[in-house]
Amino acid sequence: MGNVIGIGAAPKRKEDQRFLTGRGNYVSDIKRPGMTSGVFVRSPHGHAVLRGIDKSAALASPGVTAVLTGDDVADDGLGSLPCGWGITDAKGVPMKEPPFPMLAQDKVRFVGDMVAFVIAETPEQANAAAELLKVDYEVLPSVVGVLEAVRPDAPQLFDDVPNNICCDWELGDKAAVETAFKKAAHVAKLSLVNNRLIGNPMEPRAAIAEYEPGTDRFTLWTTSQFPHVVRFLMGALVLNIPQHKLRVVAPDVGGGFGVKQFHYGEEAVITWAAKRVRRPVKWVASRSEGYVSDRHGRDHVTEAELALDETGKFLAFRVNTLANMGGYLSTFGPNIPTNLYGPLLGGVYTTPAIYCNVKVVFTNTVPVDAYRGAGRPEATFVLERIVDVAASEMGIDRVEIRRRNMIPKEAYPYQTPVLVQYDSGDPMGCLDGALVAADVKNFGVRKAASASKGKFRGLGYSTYVEACGLAPSRFAGRLGARGGLYESATVRVHPTGQVTVMIGTHNHGQGHETTFAQIVSDKLGVAFENVDIVFGDTDRVQFGMGTYGSRSLVVGGAALSKATDKVIVKGKKIAAHLLEASEGDIQFEAGKFSVAGTDRIKTFEEIAGAAYVPHNYPLEVLEPGLEEQAYYDPVNFTYPGGCHIAEVEVDPETGTVTLVNYTAVDDVGTVINPMIVEGQLHGGIVQGVGQALFENAVYDEGSGQLLSGSLMDYCMPRADHLPMMKVATHSTLCTHTPMGVKGCGEVGTIGSPAAVINAVVDALSHLGVTHVDMPATPNRIWRLLQNASLPVAAE
Amino acid sequence: MQISFTLNGRPTTVDVEPATLVAELLREQLNLTGTHIGCDTSQCGACVVHLDGLPVKSCTLLAPALDGASLLTIEGLQGAPGSNRMHPMQEAFREHHGLQCGFCTPGMLMTAVALATEKPNLTEADVRHGLEGNICRCTGYQNIVVSVMVGAAAMHAAKGE
Repeated sequence: MGNVIGIGAAPKRKEDQRFLTGRGNYVSDIKRPGMTSGVFVRSPHGHAVLRGIDKSAALASPGVTAVLTGDDVADDGLGSLPCGWGITDAKGVPMKEPPFPMLAQDKVRFVGDMVAFVIAETPEQANAAAELLKVDYEVLPSVVGVLEAVRPDAPQLFDDVPNNICCDWELGDKAAVETAFKKAAHVAKLSLVNNRLIGNPMEPRAAIAEYEPGTDRFTLWTTSQFPHVVRFLMGALVLNIPQHKLRVVAPDVGGGFGVKQFHYGEEAVITWAAKRVRRPVKWVASRSEGYVSDRHGRDHVTEAELALDETGKFLAFRVNTLANMGGYLSTFGPNIPTNLYGPLLGGVYTTPAIYCNVKVVFTNTVPVDAYRGAGRPEATFVLERIVDVAASEMGIDRVEIRRRNMIPKEAYPYQTPVLVQYDSGDPMGCLDGALVAADVKNFGVRKAASASKGKFRGLGYSTYVEACGLAPSRFAGRLGARGGLYESATVRVHPTGQVTVMIGTHNHGQGHETTFAQIVSDKLGVAFENVDIVFGDTDRVQFGMGTYGSRSLVVGGAALSKATDKVIVKGKKIAAHLLEASEGDIQFEAGKFSVAGTDRIKTFEEIAGAAYVPHNYPLEVLEPGLEEQAYYDPVNFTYPGGCHIAEVEVDPETGTVTLVNYTAVDDVGTVINPMIVEGQLHGGIVQGVGQALFENAVYDEGSGQLLSGSLMDYCMPRADHLPMMKVATHSTLCTHTPMGVKGCGEVGTIGSPAAVINAVVDALSHLGVTHVDMPATPNRIWRLLQNASLPVAAE
Repeated sequence: MQISFTLNGRPTTVDVEPATLVAELLREQLNLTGTHIGCDTSQCGACVVHLDGLPVKSCTLLAPALDGASLLTIEGLQGAPGSNRMHPMQEAFREHHGLQCGFCTPGMLMTAVALATEKPNLTEADVRHGLEGNICRCTGYQNIVVSVMVGAAAMHAAKGE
């Protein structure tokens, strides 16, 4: 018999064996009998009228099965790609929601917009035929930046969206903020850019679709973080396929980070095409194709103002942001820079008045949507940067100004002025822990050592909170969500006592097969190896909303916990019958049902056996079998947070910023598997470091060409960019999730950009530098130093 | 054209189009899908295999180059013969949580084994520098670096026995 492995232990991961031995099952690994290959023909222009497509040469090319275009989509009466959130402006006017056809009709609106799908026997034949497709474009000027897009003379993407503004959204008490600013002793101001990012999961997106004429059923294998949502959006709203005739499978998926939590046009086109050609169709994106079609992230331009009294207490915070949506609305697009941004502007502080205006803007770029953190890193960056600016201007220590404004532990639950109510937290405790762990008191010694080598050393803080565990459905519905955000789990106990769990979240690196098995092992007293977790297949899993927003453990784990409790309740009824006791006297502990105060017991396996061989069983009042299902809809978001401290060294000769130390002390609530949590923190931090120091998606204004369109132009963090990070947890328990968990998938990415840039600014502050935009590349820093050094040298 | 080579210790003869890349040959023709393709610019390293004992990116190598050579892929990486265990580097990755989504993992392991074979006492800096050609988006590299150092030490300890 194996061991029970409970909550808080760190067993090695169940999923590792297959990945370590090359036996994972990713979409691109799958082959189906009679499979064809599909290639998308994409717009090479940022903005153009689509005057016509001549298919004839492509159709005549060897091996070609079909060439499909927007006209075929229109002929078949198919729907537009749906947006899952509908936001409104201050007057309640709904956002502008132009259609997003799965293959372009009339116009293309970004480089990479899909104009045709070519199917052939082999990928080589499909590529060769795609080259022969004649597309007649009337090229129009492109607009790629948000500041440019809202100018009156800017190119207009849609006839009925004036000034390219999708929605002029706001949150907070504008009048109260204005009043507070009038009373302020000091106002700190900051203009900043939150750089556009490309998620780059290591597995490129891919899909295979198959149609079975005998049953009129479709199967789609896709690299998705939420197969049930794809089934719903694509089946019900785009292709008109009944839900019971559509199976969506997301097998092993090689990283997501948000990029794979949208319903993409490629999925719909391939599924539709599979029925038209009556053969399975496979498409695998190249990395270059991913750059111009995977949804991008961030891309804000912001003006912020913080009002303070003479002691450095925050009186009010005002933020005006322009947020880039790209050429169309993606699945969660308009929700990210609004509902996941504005409500986080309170941070861990007691700021009594906050106002936020966000203009959500269309441009000729890839649609922008959620990328790890999604809205919350942007909010944290604005707030944590301006706190440093204010501290510097008022001559207050950066740690001290944070302490003066932090929400004390005893003030929780804490209602912010921007919708959210934090249930629990201890920001001061995280700060204190991080100060010690980062050895801040000896920073001066290290700074002097750097100076002796001609380097500038800086230290940066980020004390932050986020909202995750998406989401309470009713609350989300009020904010514009068009779906629910609960999760479901089924616990199937087999006659021999082993357990299979079917859960609606999706595991693509987070270790769910291990963490969820620990929860079941802990609660049912079943051996860890006797629990398997099934996910990612709409035919095997009842329902689910998938994995994003650090929700899997918080919402999915809660559903699992609830379903497990139901198994125990039923088990007690069976045990009461077998032990001839009253149900109220049955106790369940460590895998054994017993009559309280006696040595009469039944093991979990005996109860499972009795449930499936119900000879001696209360059949009149109880159904046979031992399988329970639960849906869980959270009552609030969860609010993980913490303190990150970055230490950098800047080489003034080259402008190179080196991250030399990194410390994070995070409050993620109950930790189920500390090994996995640490891994999530490491990875999350480095994605934030990537934003701060390396990554930048750059478009050419006018042509709309993506200039950072490969791994050679878009700098990803590599092993030798990084120091060994110190991560630790300082947990308070969430008061409303069943296990006290808060989620840990995004905290690293949310906390780290501000910490790193605050450190860079600190390193250069003696030169009069007050802000550095991301990414702090050698080029950018070197230029800043050239400009900064002149007045300093003249003094 | 016909090429003959040793694949994971077994003599293999295949018919290939001369323009076939080794990564494609492995994945499409030989059904060895452990070797992954993560980019199209030879940057990501998910496709690293060993050609005559040296790490190469199989997405940039044409199949005819295999003729007469010996190729080791992730499917051929294994522990001591008869031990029924994984390779010490694979075990170190499992032990130290050196993988999350698993997509970069085969290439990471192949690079790591080559690094450790090349240099007996790897420092942290050696490992970080040696992994420059392998991108991971999940782990922040920290646990990969730890795994490689532990795995390398275990490889050399096993050799010393």
